[in-house]
Amino acid sequence: MESQLPAEFIVNINHERCRKCKRCVINCSFSAIEFKDKVTANNRQCVACHRCATFCPENAITIIHNPLDYKDGYNWSPEIRKNILKQAESGGIILTGMGNPRPYPIYWDHMLIDACQVTNPSIDPLREPMELRTYLGAKPEALEFEGDIDNISLKTELAPQVKLDIPIVFAAMSYGAISLNAHKALAMAAKRMGTLMNTGEGGLHEDLAGYTDRIIVQVASGRFGVTSKYLNNSALVEIKIGQGAKPGIGGHLPGEKVGEDISKTRMIPVGTDALSPAPHHDIYSIEDLSQLIYAIKETTDYKKPVSVKIAAVHNVAAIASGIVRAGADIVMIDGFRGGTGAAPMVIRDHVGIPIELALAAVDDRLRQEGIRNRASILVGGSIRQSADVVKAIALGADACVIGTASLIAMGCRVCQKCYTGNCAWGIATQKPELVRRLNPEVGADRLCNLLTAWGHEIQEVLGSLGINAIESLRGSRERLRGVGLSQETLDILGIKHAGIGQ
Amino acid sequence: MKSDGIPSGCAISGLMSEDGRRIGGKVIIRSIACMHDRSNGLGGGFAAYGIYPKRKDMYAFHMMFDNMQAKENTEEFFKDHFNVDKDEAIPTQRQNGVSNPPILWRYFLEVPENKLEFLSERDYVTKTVMKIHSEIDGAFVASSGMNMGAFKGVGYPEDIGSFYKLEDYSAYIWTSHGRFPTNTPGWWGGAHPFTLLDWSVVHNGEISSYGINKRYLEMFGYKLELRTDTEVIAYMFDLLVRKHKLPVEKAAEALAAPFWKDIDRMESQKKKIAIALRQVYGSTLLNGPFSIIIGHNRGMIGLNDRIKLRPMTAARKDDMLYMASEESAIREIAPDLDEVWSPMAGTPVFGTLKAEVE
Repeated sequence: MESQLPAEFIVNINHERCRKCKRCVINCSFSAIEFKDKVTANNRQCVACHRCATFCPENAITIIHNPLDYKDGYNWSPEIRKNILKQAESGGIILTGMGNPRPYPIYWDHMLIDACQVTNPSIDPLREPMELRTYLGAKPEALEFEGDIDNISLKTELAPQVKLDIPIVFAAMSYGAISLNAHKALAMAAKRMGTLMNTGEGGLHEDLAGYTDRIIVQVASGRFGVTSKYLNNSALVEIKIGQGAKPGIGGHLPGEKVGEDISKTRMIPVGTDALSPAPHHDIYSIEDLSQLIYAIKETTDYKKPVSVKIAAVHNVAAIASGIVRAGADIVMIDGFRGGTGAAPMVIRDHVGIPIELALAAVDDRLRQEGIRNRASILVGGSIRQSADVVKAIALGADACVIGTASLIAMGCRVCQKCYTGNCAWGIATQKPELVRRLNPEVGADRLCNLLTAWGHEIQEVLGSLGINAIESLRGSRERLRGVGLSQETLDILGIKHAGIGQ
Repeated sequence: MKSDGIPSGCAISGLMSEDGRRIGGKVIIRSIACMHDRSNGLGGGFAAYGIYPKRKDMYAFHMMFDNMQAKENTEEFFKDHFNVDKDEAIPTQRQNGVSNPPILWRYFLEVPENKLEFLSERDYVTKTVMKIHSEIDGAFVASSGMNMGAFKGVGYPEDIGSFYKLEDYSAYIWTSHGRFPTNTPGWWGGAHPFTLLDWSVVHNGEISSYGINKRYLEMFGYKLELRTDTEVIAYMFDLLVRKHKLPVEKAAEALAAPFWKDIDRMESQKKKIAIALRQVYGSTLLNGPFSIIIGHNRGMIGLNDRIKLRPMTAARKDDMLYMASEESAIREIAPDLDEVWSPMAGTPVFGTLKAEVE
């Protein structure tokens, strides 16, 4: 069938500047640039990954949106029409990658942070300690001591805790969805920064053996790569029930991505599709989840905290309460803007709820039930900047996870074509010639720089708030004010409107 | 007043005889009056321990009522919830600088045994205090401990002290406060000390972690309705020491925890405890500027914030422990001291009764 789909982008090549070095041709992994007697563009193939433009030594390439010349309409937008054309030609589900780009409210941007003036001095982070350390894991309600005060000792034995030097963790992204070099960069950065990376559901590659104390291993519905060695080679274990980008949806790694290495890591034959079912087929109730949590605890000799990851959905607060009561040490909530390697567009863009509202509801519910201490809360789903981290912690999170932001730090241009496996930046691909483009050391440096920068920014905000420990921010909603939000939204977030004092 | 400076900061002063000797109220008034310029006339108050030896096993409720209806409602409430041994007006005298006092009345109460089927006696009293604050309009519990009481109001502390005729009381612990309110209005209930059961707190500073401290306490059933950050400190000690049974030293360590850099250098046993305290009680960490004096039936605790954003001086003379915002306030009442020091940031000072006190 002849495609009626217009090109999304137009690649302009300035032939006066171009010296025909062909670097752009070599760099384009989507076959959008060819060389005949000069560089020519196949606009329909361009995904705006910007690899060619970035590496052109003459700055001869620019990429612009194709104006389409469709009549503009708010209702029948170009995107809606493009999708109809795609489905009219394919008869299939529209797949997509990365996070939900639709213009739902971003509540982070409607919350403002307090600062001290006069009576309560702000603190200068350059001169005073400003503590970002936090610990993930279940805490008891109270501590018990024994002995007299001169020879006192702790009677309570705490559940296992994982130390984070910065309250930001790299999100779950599987080996398969992203490259081994990307995984290595994340692991190296996590170790250097005293935080964690998450294997996602792809298993743990043997090259990451030296980093296991900084790795979250994931147990997803496909159980790929899950062995007792895998579970024990970790800082903590995460059971993935849901993912923000695709709540209620399983995963699918196409067989063509399953090469020797992935086959070994995932424990599946080369070339077979890796299908993670939508549900865990041994979990159909909270009691089943509890059994898996304790099976993992038994396997790891109660030395690893167990996390349960869920997508932010309408009833998330009650679900999280059940998860904590089922024995989870950490609840990870992923908002509807969370990234993905591949998801049906209809799910990514329309299913789930924003992380800001989910987090506020979960923290409230756990407090109402008096069980907030029993689990740490991790949140993700489009944490874009340090301010988002600060606001999330003030709403009640222990720490945040970053996926897309960490990929961007490594070079990702959010072209949303992860599912094609052609990532020109060597991140969301398994093609050796593309994977090579990402140097793990350089990637790790960039990730460390990002976390270092955000860490300094968080310290600055803490100083302006007149506090010098992150635990004094955690759940301190009094220090947030809403702007331009309805009363109902403010009530859910548990914050006052700007202009209201204490 | 000359306008060449901004008087600021609040003032605290406390004294204790560790031998349990009782000291007349005039002494503490002299001490706090020495720091007159640290207050602005919108709040002053005192806590005194050992003042009701004849009824030392009863809960002495110091009440403030906005009107007679509130008093009647509260008395009905007391009849239903306690055995009332005695009630009387709290003696006061007209005093310049003190205006519009509420009705001030005190009640000596016992908890009927049949009320304690599911609750400890102290939990019962705590719940009662919260209930009065949240349910009886115009009634406010200034203090609810045994053999102790809080005397507070709107005015300069020395005027409040005279108003309550504190010269007629003698106590083995006195704490006092002069208030320079910033965040919350000057109202009678809002003056320091803040109390619950035997705990009393006077505070110089501002708690910037109030939001999370409050939310944490609410998880354990505390209702915070007094529009002040100081309230959390009294409740925090009640939770950690009375309910969670932490040694008072460990409770102080949770509230003003050592920095991680210092914890990392501790020897292993101490380190293990310090880490566990921060892990479990992170939400009780008090942040922001504070110097506080906490009174309780067995002693007095002085505590500064972790980077010493508010002043505090401590001193000893024989069996006496003194603490105040300024050394002058101590020298005013005890010119000849054995030892004077400025406690390190975050390092508590403890005064402890050496024997039983009637």
